[in-house]
Amino acid sequence: MNIVYYILIILGGIFYAVGGLGLLRMPDVYTRAQAGTKATTLGTMLTMIGAGVVHPEWLPKIILIILFIVLTNPVGSSTLIRSAYRSRVEASGRTAIDELGAYYDREVE
Amino acid sequence: MKNYFPTFVFCFLVWILVAGAGYPELILGVAVSLALAFFIARICGIRMSWKTPLSALLFIALYVPVFLLELVKANIDVLFRVLNPKLPINPGFVRIETGISDNFSKLILANSITLTPGTISVDADDDGGIYVHWINVTGDDAGSRSEKISGRFSRILKKVML
Repeated sequence: MNIVYYILIILGGIFYAVGGLGLLRMPDVYTRAQAGTKATTLGTMLTMIGAGVVHPEWLPKIILIILFIVLTNPVGSSTLIRSAYRSRVEASGRTAIDELGAYYDREVE
Repeated sequence: MKNYFPTFVFCFLVWILVAGAGYPELILGVAVSLALAFFIARICGIRMSWKTPLSALLFIALYVPVFLLELVKANIDVLFRVLNPKLPINPGFVRIETGISDNFSKLILANSITLTPGTISVDADDDGGIYVHWINVTGDDAGSRSEKISGRFSRILKKVML
């Protein structure tokens, strides 16, 4: 049993660390949101489940917490990105295609 | 009116999970859940649109494993992209065709897309399109992109939702 939660928590930690690294390496706000907010989804799930393996009596609450993260995380990151785009935060030069500009009736170079 | 009862049940279940099932907690829980249901159901305009109540169970059985698998796959994909010294990304905003008009299914689909690393849904239009920021745009047209991002999700959703 020990091994299981060590593995879960270490894996979760790796996803967190790479999420942080992604924040530094990615070129613009949109790609940073991809790395920063998302790599942590699985990171949180794994660490929480790891904690649940250590203390089985916490499992119901942990499942509830994961459920809340799954429900609220996408709403938050989607809203952040949408407002960034609407307030004209520039996307990196590597952006290959932009079909969203046309939807907001905006000129796209 | 339809929303009051499901909202109340959900609030009450969450309450029991968090506060425990003691006698005073249950009474207070009913009061709090009633009050919350009264406010939330009024504000929340989206109705759950299962084909039958059993579809909700079918949804959990079919959708959750597919979603978790995609979540893990995409997480590992983004992990290697970040760790790769060349940073192989090709980001872009694309419109994908979902073929779904129902708001509740669209909400679930958009949230699933956002939770899957590498894609964030930004906005949705009224014709069943979702605008997605994709970290590695591949495919030449809307059809193949939609299939890659949301194909598996929307097929299940079409089965269980109205």
